[in-house]
Amino acid sequence: MAVQLLVRLSRAVAVVLIVTVAVVSLLSLVPGSAAQVILGESATPGAVAALNAELGLDQPLWQRYVSWLGHAVQGDLGTSLINGQSITAAILERLPVTLNLAVLALAIALLIAIPLAVVSALTAGSRLDRGINALSSMLLSIPTFVAAPVLIYLLAMQLGAFPVAGWVPITEDLAGNLRSALLPALAIAFTEIASFHRILRTDLITTLGEDFVAAARSKGLPLWYVVLRHALRPSSFSLITLVGVNLGRLIGGTVIVETLFSLPGLGQLITSSINARDVVMVQGIVVFMAVAYVGINMLVDLSYSFLDPRVRVAHR
Amino acid sequence: MTASVGHANHVAPASLVKRPSTERLRESRPLLFYVALGWLGVIVLAGVFAQWLPVGPYGEAIGPPKQAPFGSGGFEAILGTDNIGRSLLSRCVYGARASLVIGTIAGVTGFAIGSTLGLLAGYFRGRVDVVITVLADAMLAFPPLILLLGLSAVLTPSMQTLLIGLTLLVIPSFTRLARANTMAWSSREFVLAARNMGSGHLRIITREILPNVIPPLATYMPIVIAALIVAEGSLSFLGLGIPPPTPSWGGMIAAGQDSIESAPFVVLVPAAVIFVTVFSFNVVGDHLRKRFDASGHA
Repeated sequence: MAVQLLVRLSRAVAVVLIVTVAVVSLLSLVPGSAAQVILGESATPGAVAALNAELGLDQPLWQRYVSWLGHAVQGDLGTSLINGQSITAAILERLPVTLNLAVLALAIALLIAIPLAVVSALTAGSRLDRGINALSSMLLSIPTFVAAPVLIYLLAMQLGAFPVAGWVPITEDLAGNLRSALLPALAIAFTEIASFHRILRTDLITTLGEDFVAAARSKGLPLWYVVLRHALRPSSFSLITLVGVNLGRLIGGTVIVETLFSLPGLGQLITSSINARDVVMVQGIVVFMAVAYVGINMLVDLSYSFLDPRVRVAHR
Repeated sequence: MTASVGHANHVAPASLVKRPSTERLRESRPLLFYVALGWLGVIVLAGVFAQWLPVGPYGEAIGPPKQAPFGSGGFEAILGTDNIGRSLLSRCVYGARASLVIGTIAGVTGFAIGSTLGLLAGYFRGRVDVVITVLADAMLAFPPLILLLGLSAVLTPSMQTLLIGLTLLVIPSFTRLARANTMAWSSREFVLAARNMGSGHLRIITREILPNVIPPLATYMPIVIAALIVAEGSLSFLGLGIPPPTPSWGGMIAAGQDSIESAPFVVLVPAAVIFVTVFSFNVVGDHLRKRFDASGHA
């Protein structure tokens, strides 16, 4: 167990190092001089040289990386080129909105996907099951940038049930927050519903075929009880993994709805920074998201082996 | 391993999950499959022969703006016109060309590079394996859209930039798949036999393992192309994908969004086209994978 943990940890560290090197060298990818591109054609050579020095572009890449890493481990990702704001502060200020959206989207997806999966696993192969599967394939094929405008049109404009844009922080007003977050969260949730349904359905079918389920049924326990108490738990481990992984992914996946609904989250920050050519800010956000993703994956992997005793014993 | 499950490409999950025995081939009605295949055929042909089709120019107005579908104006305006009077039909057809070309090129390139890396990792194991796996993990650590956004922050949006970004997106998934498949095949007797007969690594990889690994990976192509079309659409939607005036489905939705209240079809037409196309790719991909699994692999 300890050795396995160590291997995992060193791999995650290696991944984080590669990710950060890649992002830091992003600036070197800019054709020509990055400073020139950021400042525009009309910049004076003096200003370009000054910005080059500020970005460290006059140093070799490894030197730039070492000094960047030295600051980053202390929580300093640099300052914005546009308004001089600390990038770490900007990220932390925007993060709650993005997390709020991602968690709500996952909750909606689970609420819909779990009952669907139970029904289709219990009726596997039937017409109902095939209908649900078709529905799930359809949901999987609705990209967020298609779902969001259509939902705005149907639910916000035609029904008037939701605001078209705007954000109410959860700390101010819970109901208002739900109203402002529900539509964007639903737009993200579509594809999640489908992937959750697919994975839980397959695992449930496998579990329902096992002896202990037959034993529980033959004791005379009602079907709903067996499903809820005996089958669901051992079938949900892949689902839990997927939920964790998708949470990490969704932190970067809310870009579209945040832009569309003008929600002040990380995704909106990254698109506005791209348009403003604030390369350092983009760099900071990308690093943050990638490292967060690796971190969450690590945690999921670990919790997985704690939740399921079989993994601890069976693995290697 | 878990990192690949549920990655937005939708490439990894189903392969790792054993299909339940209750699902027999006979039960998968192929009707939907043929409808999907038909739609893809229409889209591909329309994209290839776009300039010879009577759909009108994509860059010029053909009538009054925001004209509703199936109104007057003839075949060119059958799907209506956009905010400045351009034919939605024409823009959808030319948009199909852009999406398909980008999806196919990025998909095939990523497939070639990713599978090669995966083959090497799965065959040689040891250090090669560790290096390639860690590299693939690092690439998967970027949320897909964020990777593309990061690239578009430093490179100006163009076809090339887009292709590079999308190819990078596909590589790690194919690397993982090829690695897993190669490991399974490498331990088979015929590989051992080839080795005992004195075959070199190159020969074993290309003649014994490659032919077995390619088919299961190729069945993922439709799903990968669907994911790439979505990724390209997302970028174009944000204004960072295919630069105008070339029409793209994502860009059409973004452009129509301001007038969605007065002229919803400007958004709904491209939205429907994207949905049906992505759905068709997914249906075809699922069907191929099921067929393949059922044909007695492993």
